[in-house]
Amino acid sequence: MASAKRYDAIIIGGGHNGLVTAAYLARAGKQVLVLERRPRVGGAAVTEEIFPGFKFTMFSYVVSLLRPEIIRDLDLPRHGLHILPLESTVTPMENGDYLAAWADHDETRRELYRHSPRDAEAYDEYGHLMHFMARAVKPILSMVPPDPTSFAPGDLLALLKLGKHFRGLGAERLHALVKLMTMSSADFLDEWFETDVLKATKSASGIIGTFLGPRSPGTAYVLLHHYMGELDGVFRAWGFAKGGTGAVSEAIASAARAFGAEVRCNAGVVKVLVKGGKASGVVLENGDELAAATVVSSLDPRRSFLQLLESNQLPDEFVADIKRFKFRGSSGKVNIALDSLPTFTCMPDGGPGGRLHRGAVSISPSLDYVERAYDDAKYGEFSRRPYMDIVFPSMIDPGMAPPGKHVMSIFVQYAPYNLNGGWTDAKREAFGDAVVNTVEGFAPGFKSKILHRQVITPLDIERITGLTEGNIFAGELALQQLFFLRPAPGWAKFATPVRGYYQAGSGTHPGGGIMGASGRLAAMRILKDGL
Amino acid sequence: MSLRTTPFHPRTGPLSEGQAWRRWAGYVVASSYELSHEREYHAIRNSAALFDVSPLYKYLVTGRDARRLLDHVVTRNIGKAKVGQVLYTPWCDAAGKQIDDGTISVLDEQTFRMTAADPTLRWLHLNASGLDVSITDVSEKTAALSLQGPSARAILQIAAERDLSALKYFRLTPAHIRGIPVTISRTGYTGDLGYEIWVDSAQAVALWDALIDSGTPYGITPAGMLALDVARIEAGLLLIEVDYFSSRHALIEMQKSSPLELGLGWTVATDKDRYNGKDALDAERRRGPSWQFTGITVDWDSLEQLYADVGLPPRLPSQAWRTSVPIYDPGGRQVGYATSGGWSPLLKQYMALVHLESSSARPGTQVRMEITVEHRRKQATAHVTPLPFFNPERKRA
Repeated sequence: MASAKRYDAIIIGGGHNGLVTAAYLARAGKQVLVLERRPRVGGAAVTEEIFPGFKFTMFSYVVSLLRPEIIRDLDLPRHGLHILPLESTVTPMENGDYLAAWADHDETRRELYRHSPRDAEAYDEYGHLMHFMARAVKPILSMVPPDPTSFAPGDLLALLKLGKHFRGLGAERLHALVKLMTMSSADFLDEWFETDVLKATKSASGIIGTFLGPRSPGTAYVLLHHYMGELDGVFRAWGFAKGGTGAVSEAIASAARAFGAEVRCNAGVVKVLVKGGKASGVVLENGDELAAATVVSSLDPRRSFLQLLESNQLPDEFVADIKRFKFRGSSGKVNIALDSLPTFTCMPDGGPGGRLHRGAVSISPSLDYVERAYDDAKYGEFSRRPYMDIVFPSMIDPGMAPPGKHVMSIFVQYAPYNLNGGWTDAKREAFGDAVVNTVEGFAPGFKSKILHRQVITPLDIERITGLTEGNIFAGELALQQLFFLRPAPGWAKFATPVRGYYQAGSGTHPGGGIMGASGRLAAMRILKDGL
Repeated sequence: MSLRTTPFHPRTGPLSEGQAWRRWAGYVVASSYELSHEREYHAIRNSAALFDVSPLYKYLVTGRDARRLLDHVVTRNIGKAKVGQVLYTPWCDAAGKQIDDGTISVLDEQTFRMTAADPTLRWLHLNASGLDVSITDVSEKTAALSLQGPSARAILQIAAERDLSALKYFRLTPAHIRGIPVTISRTGYTGDLGYEIWVDSAQAVALWDALIDSGTPYGITPAGMLALDVARIEAGLLLIEVDYFSSRHALIEMQKSSPLELGLGWTVATDKDRYNGKDALDAERRRGPSWQFTGITVDWDSLEQLYADVGLPPRLPSQAWRTSVPIYDPGGRQVGYATSGGWSPLLKQYMALVHLESSSARPGTQVRMEITVEHRRKQATAHVTPLPFFNPERKRA
């Protein structure tokens, strides 16, 4: 059945990027409709009460680089966004000791000094250098990637600006930047530090969402992301969102609605309609057809192009590029309802003021540990002793659990999508057991406090959110898939080979995390193209 | 002789990680307990923050003419106040210039508790000649805690073992917390859902323990003055000796302000015959005040550009500031000054409380605020924003 109403734009997918695109287009006065397949908006940024009274940040669990301009433009605080500080990281070690990075600089320095006086000094110098490089790279996040093979004035101008920008760094920092772009995080950190657990914990941020290990080349540049967040300083766009990441999605949706956008849930799209080489609308799962001048997909590139379109509607080489685009989901999530907080052997009193549980706990006791976790995955198994990033959302926002009870969010790597023999219910539980047993090793008695556990494999991520192969970034954040190559050479500017059909998801530049940058840049491009 | 500590010091003292204390009315109270006040601030807006507000000056005014005395001293109509009501009010000199501001709690028909930022005993006595009234300074005898934030009610209901949903905004009730007699008022200095709990100093520590016990599952967080300062700016609440000077301390006329110039026109009663400053305030109301006290929001892009010009990312104050900062109109003429300002971590806005000439104070008016970037004075554009910056429904609900 065809509906009579014709929208200016239909956005496929109500994840945070789709919602950002919708909000910006609506803000510009356009008639916008967002279609979300699930009963709630958010995609991979959802908070759900899986176990009565306990709210789980199902997939993504922290806000890292949500663009400040989006927070301002959409007035997200008025729509409920409240980002709370998540300030420390404690890494329990195998020998019962720990490494802590606290919010306070002097405290962190003293803690590092305990492990290595040399590293305590190097840490500041390293931070200073990374600050400069993060500043150099950060503008790229808010930039439509110029095509280096194009001679169009716009591209040349953008490239020129970029070149000037990097030249301003000076030789030493430019060399460091090249190293960051090519080296493994382990090698890069080796040049700076001698404390193994420090290198392991820092390198872990370089492997999240990739199918690479800390010793794989190309993982070093992600180290920069952390410092990009710090550049915002007091603005603080990173931390834990009150109400979990689902509250971020809800705030954006609320802003979009306030600008006049319509957001419809339980409305999966099966097909994009193309007439005369131009997108004209969509077909819903229930057969309804909706017409629009512009159709925007915020799904991942494989779904946007290979599922919603016929391959004969696209150039062959483009289809080949999209088929080559790597997903390789490598992470899982275990969400736990707790009767009480676990006690970690390394810090039985929870640290000064009980601050251990208010920050992250990183299970990355050594570089070998993390690399071995990767070894398992390389050969098709989940890590028997995985890398984990643990937070206790209820310690930051008490509303996440009933009073006195807690929720625990465990990001787990590695759990390969293509598991040997495939994922089954039994394998999922075995994976959950490996996670819980590993935590138990650092926090004896932990298992007895578990009221409920939810184990999410990459296959589950794919099934629930639709993210291909369960990749949390809608496509691996590997160097060959970034910037003007994301998702395909020549098609990194949010337009697609089909006129009136745009892409806005995390599978476009810059992708990754709850940034919203892809969604915003897509909206800018669409408006510039004269919608 | 050193400064005094409050009755809660046996508990608050050991919590201080950085020994950061601030003077308040001859006492020391925590600036922040943790090394940074950030988490304490977020507790105000996310869970519940517990403040020691004992240094406030407190007076018990009793007797047949107690109501008459207070009605004469302050600008609000105390004659109409009901038992169980709390009134925020300024009080003025005969010229209608503000001396101080505080609250008056109507404990019963002839018993009132007045709080003040400055010593007020003499002023009350001066106004009480011929009246049948007794005025007692209970500043030391009465300790006070302020519990502020969205979880404040849940925590207090558990501590007091009773339903508090009927206790409306700016009302009070006698209660017991673990057997300790207290007064609970639905008041505060944060613009959030919150309560103040008044207790005999001898039982202060036991009250603290009871609230911490009840509040821990809800994330109760002891908080200091740095966090409070950010919240009160968001709430648009002014502070004596920062946002205005007491007319009794002013050295020149220019340093004085009337409540009408301070955005407190709503507290100046039009329905009572006689009170200190009435004639002057009536006249000022008729001609319209020359100054307005309001908010401004600094435009981000403008701030960012000022820093980009010297090659820096934008810097924001990590604490609220309390200095006088010039405000200009777009043509460069000075039209006022800011007295408090800071970054709102919740609203993600750079806000300031300002005194503006009435002609430049309309909401939305573009102004400029002086800002020092790398030792040089610049001006960032800003817009007049009505107060409060933050006004959640839960404050009154």
